[in-house]
Amino acid sequence: MMKTFKMKGLAALVPLLVLLTGCSDKIAVLNPQGPVAREQYHLIVWSLIMMSLVLAIVLIIFIYVLVRFGRKNNKGYDPNNTGNRKLEIIWLIVPVVICILLAVPTVRTLYALNDPPKATAKAPASLHSNAMTIDVTSVDWKWLFRYPGQNIETVNYVVIPAGIPVNFRLHAYDAMNAFWVPELGGQQYTMTDMSMHLWLQADKPGTYAGRSSNYSGQGFADMTFNVLAKSASDFDSWVSDVKKNQPALTMNKYMQLLKPDNVKPMTFSSYPKELEKNLNKAQMEGKQTGKSTDNSMPGMNMSGNNGKGGYNP
Amino acid sequence: MQNITNFLSHFFVTGDPMIYGADASIALASIGIVVVLTYFKKWKWLWDEWLTSVDHKRIGIMYIIAALLMLFRGGVDALMMRTQLALPNMHFLNAEHYNQVFTTHGTIMIIFVAMPFIFGLMNIAVPLQIGARDVAFPFLNALSFWLFFFGAMLFNLSFVIGGSPDAGWSSYAPFAGAELNPGVGQNYYLIGVQISGIGSLATGINFLVTILKMRAPGMTLFKMPMFTWSILITSVIVIFAFPAFTVALALMTIDRLFGAHFFTIAAGGSPMLWANLFWFWGHPEVYIVLLPVFGIFSEVIATFAHKTLFGYVVMVWSMIAISFLSFITWLHHFFTMGNTAPVNAFFSISTMLIAIPTGVKIFNWLFTLNRGRIEFTTPMLWALAFIPNFTIGGVTGVMLAMAPADYQYHNSYFLVAHFHSTLIAGTVFGIFCGLHYWWPKMFGYLLNEKLGKWSFWVFMISFNICFMPMYFLGLMGMTRRMYTYPAGLGWGPINFIITIGAFGMGLGFIIMALNIVWSAIHGKKDTTGDPWDGRTLEWSTASPAPEYNFAHIPTVSTRDAFEAMKEEKREGRTKPQLPFKPIHMPNNSGIPFIMGGFMFVAGFGFVFEWFWMGIPGLLGVVACMIARSFVYNDHHHIPADEIERIERAAGRLS
Repeated sequence: MMKTFKMKGLAALVPLLVLLTGCSDKIAVLNPQGPVAREQYHLIVWSLIMMSLVLAIVLIIFIYVLVRFGRKNNKGYDPNNTGNRKLEIIWLIVPVVICILLAVPTVRTLYALNDPPKATAKAPASLHSNAMTIDVTSVDWKWLFRYPGQNIETVNYVVIPAGIPVNFRLHAYDAMNAFWVPELGGQQYTMTDMSMHLWLQADKPGTYAGRSSNYSGQGFADMTFNVLAKSASDFDSWVSDVKKNQPALTMNKYMQLLKPDNVKPMTFSSYPKELEKNLNKAQMEGKQTGKSTDNSMPGMNMSGNNGKGGYNP
Repeated sequence: MQNITNFLSHFFVTGDPMIYGADASIALASIGIVVVLTYFKKWKWLWDEWLTSVDHKRIGIMYIIAALLMLFRGGVDALMMRTQLALPNMHFLNAEHYNQVFTTHGTIMIIFVAMPFIFGLMNIAVPLQIGARDVAFPFLNALSFWLFFFGAMLFNLSFVIGGSPDAGWSSYAPFAGAELNPGVGQNYYLIGVQISGIGSLATGINFLVTILKMRAPGMTLFKMPMFTWSILITSVIVIFAFPAFTVALALMTIDRLFGAHFFTIAAGGSPMLWANLFWFWGHPEVYIVLLPVFGIFSEVIATFAHKTLFGYVVMVWSMIAISFLSFITWLHHFFTMGNTAPVNAFFSISTMLIAIPTGVKIFNWLFTLNRGRIEFTTPMLWALAFIPNFTIGGVTGVMLAMAPADYQYHNSYFLVAHFHSTLIAGTVFGIFCGLHYWWPKMFGYLLNEKLGKWSFWVFMISFNICFMPMYFLGLMGMTRRMYTYPAGLGWGPINFIITIGAFGMGLGFIIMALNIVWSAIHGKKDTTGDPWDGRTLEWSTASPAPEYNFAHIPTVSTRDAFEAMKEEKREGRTKPQLPFKPIHMPNNSGIPFIMGGFMFVAGFGFVFEWFWMGIPGLLGVVACMIARSFVYNDHHHIPADEIERIERAAGRLS
């Protein structure tokens, strides 16, 4: 029996070692492809090291006491051993120190993620600035991406320039979802009653898988999208290609997209101005039936914490 | 005619062979129970001895039976999910069914397994541990049980009538609202959980008062057994946390039934408010199901290390610290909901702080084992396995507490692995540990050790096979609640291993069930009342304990009171036998059962928005309350000569 306990201890350490050393490209979170994901990856590795240490200490003491005092007629039996002030202070202080060692980088990273990552490439000409903004709307069960600077709309895939910080503004039309591209960085919810922001940036051109990570009903499992990061020149030629060859998104077509369904990726060369209001389901239906579209309560700002720090500015 | 068939096909869940199978088995089981009870003429026995009982030990046993049945159902749900996920693109369940199954799995495991199992164990052990004859409010105790029972029955009915809820056990708005989630499924969740939640709140009050007011003379707070301490603290958490949930459920019910806008998308409703209210209860709830098992492990480790608990006072203060911290960490369930950096920083740190008292407890358990004489019984194996397995759950919890890292773990299988590591290695190992430990006190015989150890090893190893790979799956990007996944992502093999582990856990549970059946026939009798060489008062009375628990209320002077009594006996300092006096006991009552039944009728009515049924149901509840308030003769005395007869029969008179 002792042997099995020992084996178990060792077996528990193996996955940790694998995690620390064998970061295969299949393990998306441990394969960061952008500054945001990398920042989070460093924090994860640091916490893994600290936590492996804690686990190792517990396992060593655990195995020691079982082997030593699990024997029949062991010599060390002492029923009066019921407290030890010194030891108790030690194992109060050690966790406190570990918590501090984890809390400091946690808070530092939290604040660091507020700011856009540093651009590592020249911005494409069609961007007109050093950062890009994309409006993301989750609709049952698809992702709509709107490029206000380029006046383009894509569905279930998004194109970004590599090496340029992208400010994803997150909205929901109906149910709550979460926008997650593990190789580029951690997720953020999309909600009807508060729009939020997420900075992401890809180091180099490539395709990065994204999906909704918050359950939203029947079509949820298929609510995936790809992020295509392109070099500056490829991005520019993609924009002009879309402008030339793709249809415009009409209000009629948009209303169709709002119906609960899974759809294939789509591309549109323009979108109605109306979409920039980011209306949610209740507001849209109110507008259709001619009722009030005012979704806010008097005196309350229901539109979120725009510009007031937070995970995203 | 057309209308009637139309109604019936919506009323009953149709179109799936598994559901028809369930219909048939429910019908057959019900008929079977009725036939057996009638054939053996056991209806009166069932009513007099069990359904109307206010005896805490019987209520405890009924809680545990119900929780075991629910564990079976929740476990079958889990196996159905794991079958569906065993391979990529499986078609065992469709999305709709899968969504219902994970919703009922989560809700049942937390609300109808973990809590009632713990309530069952505390009903059995706490009054005995503090040397009391019953809980403070025995009638209320019975009512709590029947509210839980009928709440659970109502929730389970959704499977065959009307359709199951499918918004997840956390039922986030706006998805759980009437607009995006029409039908009766979510109503079942709201009302079923509400009814049993009222019972839980009452249990919290009951045990708080019991522990504060009914301890044996001499048992000061810091001389109480650790399990009793854990229940005292848990009761306080229940009293503070449950009202938030009651209100949240009521508000969403009003949203759905009467078109209000607390959590809707429209008219200024705030879906985020639901998340806050839910987790303001939901996080303390985690400790409601964890602190009691910390208590169980403390008892079991001390008993089988044959030592007093190491660092008793620190253990108590650690639990108090955890209970306080549990109320200021709820936001870590949604770090990704757009909170500002200072807010996330606060909740990151408050969550990490929980690791400190928990770590202190782990070390105190390890040092209780240190210099002990460790005996590897089945309950002890569960307690020992808890330490490394729960530590893994604990350290991954600290990792999840770091908000920026959580952005990558949130809602992924990493999270699923974490909370199963804590809830199974903590709560489930704990209730199995307590079940084996207190079984002789409940029934007067021991569970078989050999089968017990087999079930332990099979379950524990399978648990690791099942949940360790999930951490990787999460880091690979698989999120929870996906009913299927495509091939080619490398998720397939890992999922297959997980499914093997899940079925292994099922096998472990079946061995345990076999053990219960086998031991009921062949189990070793416990004639001493103290089969484990226990240290606390529950082992000082007969097994099973007589209705009145103690012929004489014991007097306590130290911690581990029974160990001290045995010590005195060994040293030959026995006290003279006092004469028996009549014992004052509460009367049985059928009102809690009937009231629960009315609650069920009312709940069913409101689920379908049939107010003609719901309102009379509620009136029935009120009528029961009025009837109870006119019961003047609610107690009786057990005469001294009968006590002498019972004690003699139990072999406790020399």
